[in-house]
Amino acid sequence: MYRMRIWSVRRARLLKALYGGLEWLLLKADPVLRRIGYDRLDRPFVRLEQVTKGFFLDSQNCGQCIVGFTGLSCPMNCPKKMRNGPCGGVRADGGCEVKPDMACVWVLAWEGNKRLKRDDQPIQVVQPPVDHRLIGHSAWLRELRLKKARPDDSRRQ
Amino acid sequence: MNFDDEPPIPGGALPILPGHVSPGRLERVLRAGAFAVTAEISPPDSADPHDVYKRAALFDGYVDAINATDGSGANCHMSSVGMCSLLTRRGYAMVLQVSARDRNRIAIQGDVLGASAMGVSNILCLTGDSVEVGDHPEAKPVFDLDSLSMLNIIRKMRDEQCFMSGRKLTDPPRVFLGAAANPFGPPLDYRPQRLAKKIAAGAQFIQTQYCFDIEKFKDYMAVVRDLGLHEKAFILAGVGPLASAKSAEWIRANVPGVHIPDSVIDRIKGARDQREEGLMICIELIGKLAEIDGVHGVHIMAFRQERYVGDIVTRSNVLGGRVPWHPGLANERAENYMAGGTAAAATEDNG
Repeated sequence: MYRMRIWSVRRARLLKALYGGLEWLLLKADPVLRRIGYDRLDRPFVRLEQVTKGFFLDSQNCGQCIVGFTGLSCPMNCPKKMRNGPCGGVRADGGCEVKPDMACVWVLAWEGNKRLKRDDQPIQVVQPPVDHRLIGHSAWLRELRLKKARPDDSRRQ
Repeated sequence: MNFDDEPPIPGGALPILPGHVSPGRLERVLRAGAFAVTAEISPPDSADPHDVYKRAALFDGYVDAINATDGSGANCHMSSVGMCSLLTRRGYAMVLQVSARDRNRIAIQGDVLGASAMGVSNILCLTGDSVEVGDHPEAKPVFDLDSLSMLNIIRKMRDEQCFMSGRKLTDPPRVFLGAAANPFGPPLDYRPQRLAKKIAAGAQFIQTQYCFDIEKFKDYMAVVRDLGLHEKAFILAGVGPLASAKSAEWIRANVPGVHIPDSVIDRIKGARDQREEGLMICIELIGKLAEIDGVHGVHIMAFRQERYVGDIVTRSNVLGGRVPWHPGLANERAENYMAGGTAAAATEDNG
């Protein structure tokens, strides 16, 4: 929901902390999840993400969520699908070049990034292009599996 | 201007000097510390190569490199690869503009190899205007990459000699990588950081959006200098003549990302000869931009006014007598020039 998108960016720190808690729980539950099977859990998790991230962030389910780097503003709402920052066409009032009634996703991202109050500036990390095979799959489960595979990288998001 | 190590074929690839990445003239000029001039050539809506040669000839002796635009404003024109193919054959230093709007990563990497093989030494990585603003708003917007990921991938092709997939190249594209910057678009306080991110992704030269608001640009450059970015990339400030107050207002309202202050439009409105006033403003801006610490050149975007580019360069004396290489400056005349002929004479010769 568009209005929630703006609300969420203003509470980027809180939502990030909530996700951190959820992720901690899920990491603990890894043996159980593994027994059920990550592949089998993909569809229920996609539903869960659609309900939660869809409501708060207007998530577009790219399956490779980077909102932790973008101040909780989903970059897939950008008409140009830019994942690395604002284009040059942002209107003087901060509106999107393509959809003037919508606030630029990256104007919101910069606001959210400031609210995260992180010295390492997550917004400055250069993001790879979208892997189109992952679209429509669970980003949370992917993240869990990546973290389990590389435990020292647990602060990635 | 000829370098000491000019190749036997006029306009051919120069040897790559230590610390350089490309055999191109633009990188040579910038790394030598000269104030560079680049200009945008508008691609024709035709299949006639002479339309391209004629347009390029307008810039002879005035610019260090020519930008071939890639469907700018999301309008259909001759492709940038096609333009570069024609003009590199004549020895012109080209900047191939690549927009992420129309081609995916497979097509773009292929074009990079093709362009480099044709003698293109500079690539400007752009995300591109959205299809909605152009003449085919019903087209499919590709945007498989964005400008940053494109920079990253082409840098990898050049420096690690492989495709994005990791598959090896037998010979890498030797290209000087560029990016665009708009210092005037919101979020304003993020714009210098955005430049830093583009440089981190591989940008070595920057061509900015039109700088009509010199005060705002000075503020931007102050932050850029604090971040040390002017030492990591060559910054070419964007300029261009406004044909009339009416066209300035149209550009401001319809071209995404162009910021023109009211004072500029009022000044043109009040002038008897609006075109001349537009040229004067452009010439004055070049003078002011050249004085800003960290600005390494200007990029002239004179859409449908290419015939005034020579006038702008001459009257602003931005080259300080230096005559950039061009096909007309062939060996004999070049030798005369090196032997003591004046820059003005050489310009006259070819103008």
